[in-house]
Amino acid sequence: MSTAPIHAAHPEELHEVRFDPTMESQIAELLTHYPVPRAALLPVLWLCQNRYGWIAPGVIEAVAARLGLAPAFVQGVVTFYTMFHTTPPARYVLQVCTTLSCSVCGAGELLAHLKERLGIGPGERTPDGTFQIVGVQCLGACGGAPVVQVNDDYYENLDPAKLDALLDELAAVKE
Amino acid sequence: MEPTLLKARGLEGSRTLSSYLSRGGYEGLRRALALGPQEVTKYVIDSELRGRGGAGFPTGRKWTFIPKDHPGPRYLVCNADESEPGTFKDREIIEHDPHLVIEGIAIASFAIGAHTAYIYIRGEFVRWAKVLETALAEARQEKILGPDVLGSGYPLEVWVHRGAGAYICGEETSLLESLEGKRGFPRLKPPFPAVVGAFGMPTIINNVETLACLPSILTRGPAWFASIGRPRNTGPKLFSVSGHVVRPGVVELPLGVTFREIIFEHCGGIRGGRALKAFFPGGSSAPVLTAAEVDTKADFDACAEAGTMLGSGGVIVLDETVDMVEVAANLAHFYAHESCGQCTPCREGSDWLVDILERILDGHGRPEDPDTILRICRFASQGMTICPLGDAFSLPISSIVNKFRDEFERRIAAATPAPQKKQPVLPWAGPRPGFGR
Repeated sequence: MSTAPIHAAHPEELHEVRFDPTMESQIAELLTHYPVPRAALLPVLWLCQNRYGWIAPGVIEAVAARLGLAPAFVQGVVTFYTMFHTTPPARYVLQVCTTLSCSVCGAGELLAHLKERLGIGPGERTPDGTFQIVGVQCLGACGGAPVVQVNDDYYENLDPAKLDALLDELAAVKE
Repeated sequence: MEPTLLKARGLEGSRTLSSYLSRGGYEGLRRALALGPQEVTKYVIDSELRGRGGAGFPTGRKWTFIPKDHPGPRYLVCNADESEPGTFKDREIIEHDPHLVIEGIAIASFAIGAHTAYIYIRGEFVRWAKVLETALAEARQEKILGPDVLGSGYPLEVWVHRGAGAYICGEETSLLESLEGKRGFPRLKPPFPAVVGAFGMPTIINNVETLACLPSILTRGPAWFASIGRPRNTGPKLFSVSGHVVRPGVVELPLGVTFREIIFEHCGGIRGGRALKAFFPGGSSAPVLTAAEVDTKADFDACAEAGTMLGSGGVIVLDETVDMVEVAANLAHFYAHESCGQCTPCREGSDWLVDILERILDGHGRPEDPDTILRICRFASQGMTICPLGDAFSLPISSIVNKFRDEFERRIAAATPAPQKKQPVLPWAGPRPGFGR
């Protein structure tokens, strides 16, 4: 099964966020895991990112209100961690590991190949919003170097040919 | 050696509770519940099990640091952050045998008197967080977890808590901050987490592999565990082997095998018939060893005697084509990116190392650079920072300069002067991706 695309909500939809009953009940369940509501912040942010695709300022406001935290505190947490998207991501975020084992096993070739095929480098996205490349640090899968994480899924032991096949497959998925 | 931690690898359906039970699963927990907390702790002390997360601290002794008669709740945290470059062993255990980890968590929680345990797993491991969630749900369903663990009256709940991308959260106090919903800034120690940990309560943080050792210590006895390896360095160990080996992957071997056996016998030697140049024995934060040191024994004390550390057992193998200046620059990028920024020596030191190493790679090295690098490394280590991240880059990078100084000097001899320019480090500069071959 191929990786599910991210559907990023339009910024205008997230000006004012109200959690629907499903999310409310999920948040209520998460709160039972911890002695203080603040500890549920990371799980609640994950819930939001899975739902809206990214953490918009309106989402920060809503999460802060729900957990009784200052929006500035939530913003500080969101920006500390690298995995929360603070702008709408592309449908597929290609996280190319560039740490030592991946680097010596061909991460550079993968990035060069992506540049050639998609015309973009780390930190950039294709104009159609399909792909976005992020150069990341160690993904903890060094035995399968070089590794690319696409959204939630790991793809290991890649080379330009396998990467091409993967990109073809992902690009063919219709909305 | 017959595998203990990876015995489920290759079995069909090994992740399910029924498979685990058919292999004698949860017998260790049953035995622990019958023995009582003190006896369980004694088992673990007698087994001489040392923490598999990196520091190698004796696990049983760590448990005894919890203050007796503390009124409040206590917590057990399973550290599944697995973020040390070159380490991918915990993922292997979770992938094949999640119940082994859960049983270990239950045994440790019982020993320290915790009724809530958290598995802190790195944010990228979405798939493995789901594997754990599924296994936990099965265990709850069968009353192995919950208000009455295996009918003993002991209550235990275990929750998965996913990080969100930060190397530093593998450090135990930073992990606790992150668990509490904050930025992952390490805390000063003391107080140690065993006294003031999660939510201000006594907390024990153990690595996945450490916890996965517990069921067999309970069922087969501490003497069996201690018979593997040598005194103070006992038990089976997972080695994550990556880089230029023919068969990279996770191998389970007794502590005390040599790195030569790991690299050449168990991982097929160096790719393409090339020669070994150097290797990191315990993740990228361990000082590098050269090919001449490949007969070093892979255990805690032997690595310390060799001036390095076993760390997490992440063996990164580099062949003769690798340029060690590029390795140093790659690592500097990693640590500069991952420094939380609290302490000046670490935040500024790692950034300056990136600048200097990149300048050397760009052909503008200066004669004083190797000594400047060593000075920065001294400044950022040995207790100058709150957490060990300063040491984590200072030790390997200074070891590279010390052991491969000729490679730096060759580049510097051919260098042309250039003004120092500040390289952007955040947010996406990343390390130098292409190793020029």
